[in-house]
Amino acid sequence: MTSLHVEAAEARSRPRPGGGRSRSRNRTLHYLTRWLFVAPAIIFVLVFFGYPIVQNVVMSLQDYTTATFYTGIAPWVGFENYAKVFGNPLFWTTVINTLLFTVGSIVFQFGIGMALALFFKRHFPLSGFLRSLLLLPWLLPLIASAAVWKWILDQGSGALNQFLGLFGVQPVPWLVSPSLALIAVIGVNIWLGIPFNTTILYSGLQAVPGELYEAAALDGAVGWKAFWHITWPSIRSVVSVVIVLGVVYTLKVVDIILGLTGGGPANSTQTLATWAYQNSFVQFLFGQGAAISNVLIAVSLVFSLAYLYMTRKEVDE
Amino acid sequence: MTATQALVVPRGTGKTHHRPSRTWPMTVLGIIFLAIMVFPIYWMINSSLQANSGAATTAWFPVDLTFSGYEAAIQQQGGNLVTSLIIAIGTVVLTLVIATPAAYGLARFKMKGMTAFVFVLLITQMIPTIVIANALYALFNDWGLLNSYLGLILADSAAQIPFAIILMRAFMASLPQTLVEAALVDGANNFRAFVSIVVPISKNAIITAALFTFLGAWGDFLFALTLTSTPQVRPITLGIYNYLGANVQQWGPVMATAVIASVPAGLLLILAQKYIAAGALGGAIK
Repeated sequence: MTSLHVEAAEARSRPRPGGGRSRSRNRTLHYLTRWLFVAPAIIFVLVFFGYPIVQNVVMSLQDYTTATFYTGIAPWVGFENYAKVFGNPLFWTTVINTLLFTVGSIVFQFGIGMALALFFKRHFPLSGFLRSLLLLPWLLPLIASAAVWKWILDQGSGALNQFLGLFGVQPVPWLVSPSLALIAVIGVNIWLGIPFNTTILYSGLQAVPGELYEAAALDGAVGWKAFWHITWPSIRSVVSVVIVLGVVYTLKVVDIILGLTGGGPANSTQTLATWAYQNSFVQFLFGQGAAISNVLIAVSLVFSLAYLYMTRKEVDE
Repeated sequence: MTATQALVVPRGTGKTHHRPSRTWPMTVLGIIFLAIMVFPIYWMINSSLQANSGAATTAWFPVDLTFSGYEAAIQQQGGNLVTSLIIAIGTVVLTLVIATPAAYGLARFKMKGMTAFVFVLLITQMIPTIVIANALYALFNDWGLLNSYLGLILADSAAQIPFAIILMRAFMASLPQTLVEAALVDGANNFRAFVSIVVPISKNAIITAALFTFLGAWGDFLFALTLTSTPQVRPITLGIYNYLGANVQQWGPVMATAVIASVPAGLLLILAQKYIAAGALGGAIK
């Protein structure tokens, strides 16, 4: 981000060929006004994204606790916070949970989203209306969705157990049992992700030229064959963007888990993101919270770079 | 294809006419899929209208209609609703003031550093909010912004500005350059041209950005959770969370609050359909 400043400064000070002093000053002014449009946004991003990222690295090397806020003293401890985090058996629990949560969510969100996108592509009466209603779960505040699902999954009188009870199934402890809670939370996250996946994949399918299918049909490629030989290759770039973004957003998820289980029972739904929250804002171990946050950032960064690599052409043009 | 391109891809309008006998089963199947997907929303409304949600069984339909859940919700959460409204509106204003000129600048003046900034904006979308909150807590503590409207408006705006810029930039880049150049020839400066020409033409893109900024700020939970600790500044999302923290016995008021918190989303879907479609596709980068 500092390179921006350098470039901005260069843009102002770069000597320009030809023209007198006043003309060069005019030009400088011209460049300055251009940057004025963007400057407030740059400052905002520096303060609210640049600073926090740097500050997180600094905090992760300090003994940063509640007392720090009163005394201003945060002793340097080197990599002690990282040692404590990596040495904590909970670290591996959260890594595995994060992995299961992410992979489980993505596979089903994408699979169901793709199926629905292909389904809606066939344009039947009311298809446009139904497709727009499908967006509703995506627009609700996450914590409202978490509240409803907590109620639906309630062991004693939730709707799901009421429904299963009609078939003689005993009440299932969806959110209370350590072996089921993660599955339940993944299920809710899949529900949340389906509208997004369907919408983006649907728009990708719309961009595939119809003539391709007509030509393929002449060669006898219909149904699954048409999907594998025409649809899939045509939308592969949309698919990779949807999946990479899905991974990055799933790594960020905190609202749903805190609302449904708070990371419990017995840390069975604790992910890196919720564990970072627990450390910083429940136990007030800001140093360790920052260390976990940095692990999370490192993982996200890998996928972010993959995303940028895929979209670089669009930004360059 | 990427998100911003998706914004300009024409949506499928060519309705192919099959014989009704073949397409109606599809509609029935579509309704069944959708019924499963929106069941939780139905259940939220259904439970909010029943007196004893939480007792042994909740009726599948609100036959014993009661608004006591809503009375309790307004009584307990009314102040929080106002707080959410103040924060969401403040965030929309601040976000648009900062993001609209930036979107225009990035779309029109293609200087080297600006391309880099667009990359930075895309990256910001991927940074986990908890990472930002962790560091902002210390910063806001120093600045005295914890437990304040301004603090939450600033944090929410920070989260929304990159998306708003990306969304509006995609539209503004598609404006013909000659429009603005004509005004510049007439002696207007860049700023005047922006206010009198670009902003009116970009009305739809700005409205879309405003709507999504409002939804984002209204639904914010994590900043509210981490950057406030007193009841003075408590948005509705935190009100719902506080219900969930205790062992819930009466779901009626909780569901009523969730319904009220979902009203802006529902209104938007009904009243601003075309903007939602654009924003949803732009959401590929959200």
